[in-house]
Amino acid sequence: MSKLISDKTKAVFLGPLSKNNPITVQVLGICSALAVTAKLEPALVMGLSVTIIVAFSNVIISLLRNTIPNRIRIIVQLVVVAALVTIVSEILKAFAYDVSVQLSVYIGLIITNCILMGRLEAFAMGNKPWESFIDGLGNGFGYAWILVVVAFFRELFGSGSLFGFQIVPQAMYDAGYVNNGLMILPPMALILVACIIWVHRARNKELQEK
Amino acid sequence: MENLASIFVKSIFVDNMIFAFFLGMCSYLAVSKNVKTSMGLGLAVIFVLGITLPVNYLLENYVLKEGALQWLSPSFKTMDLSYLAFILFIAVIAAMTQLVEMVVEKFTPSLYASLGIFLPLIAVNCAIMGGSLFMQQRAFNNVAEATSYALGSGVGWLLAIVGLAAIREKMEYSDVPAPLRGLGITFITVALMGIAFMSFSGLKI
Repeated sequence: MSKLISDKTKAVFLGPLSKNNPITVQVLGICSALAVTAKLEPALVMGLSVTIIVAFSNVIISLLRNTIPNRIRIIVQLVVVAALVTIVSEILKAFAYDVSVQLSVYIGLIITNCILMGRLEAFAMGNKPWESFIDGLGNGFGYAWILVVVAFFRELFGSGSLFGFQIVPQAMYDAGYVNNGLMILPPMALILVACIIWVHRARNKELQEK
Repeated sequence: MENLASIFVKSIFVDNMIFAFFLGMCSYLAVSKNVKTSMGLGLAVIFVLGITLPVNYLLENYVLKEGALQWLSPSFKTMDLSYLAFILFIAVIAAMTQLVEMVVEKFTPSLYASLGIFLPLIAVNCAIMGGSLFMQQRAFNNVAEATSYALGSGVGWLLAIVGLAAIREKMEYSDVPAPLRGLGITFITVALMGIAFMSFSGLKI
């Protein structure tokens, strides 16, 4: 059992959370990251869905990696991912209908999320299933935490609430406090991600670009 | 005809793929370093969107939707295959990009040489898949409307990427704080462009 979580596996899991974060460093999967972060709940659901899909598609592709002919690997990967996304989307429709309506097309767009193709190409095609699973989890969580942070600030300042519960007290509204409508609009997501990148790169100097 | 034109203009400015929905962001950020290549990628996106969207529209309305298979036999009246949409759409997109790549390579080698690397990448561009999914959501009346939507979205995407590339070319000479260099400042630029594009959102056509 002690072999199960070796140092290498740990590095595979922890890397994507910070030094090799899919969003701020690898620049993958930006499309959905920005669009679903106006509220905390859809952001969390999106983060979890992506984590589950990356982890399992990584395992499946890793199991199949020696049998897939090189020329058609992109199509095979797309089909595996599309099947998993269909399952997740049907489950969301059945058990969390409101959230699935809010996420609208972005659940379907997980198929073309670059994180998936990036990880499948870069990791799962050359590694064993267990490590691929860990890598998937790591990248999924790395993606999810950025989403949650962005959504936290956007919902708090844009709607004065978290998870739909009002956080900013009514007394403040009475005293003249107004929600910042700009936070709800798409461009603010970009600026918040830029701020995260700023802080992240200021602390990790080796990541700075020339 | 008026309707087609309004769908076209609306999908360029109001429902811009990049600024309103963030679709195709990955290649948008990666390839917008100079105007020439971004122009090539933009043209390729228009091309592939213009082909895949009408095909997916026909698939959606004659195969997938509830009761869509009635033309085969009346007994399929309650058949609903829409859960297959994701797999079919992505298969069409992957196959079409492959086909387009082969056709372009055969007939116009010079265009192929300039687009070459980007064509296969388009299969995983969110803007293409997003176009098909929005088409499904918006329920257009006929193929012409879907095609006009596809071309409009493509042109909007081209406009956005060429604009960003032009700004980034100029920005080479600016003194940006070290941690923001590259990715960070690009994000902020896109955000400012997005705010500028928001002024179109009141447009009624």
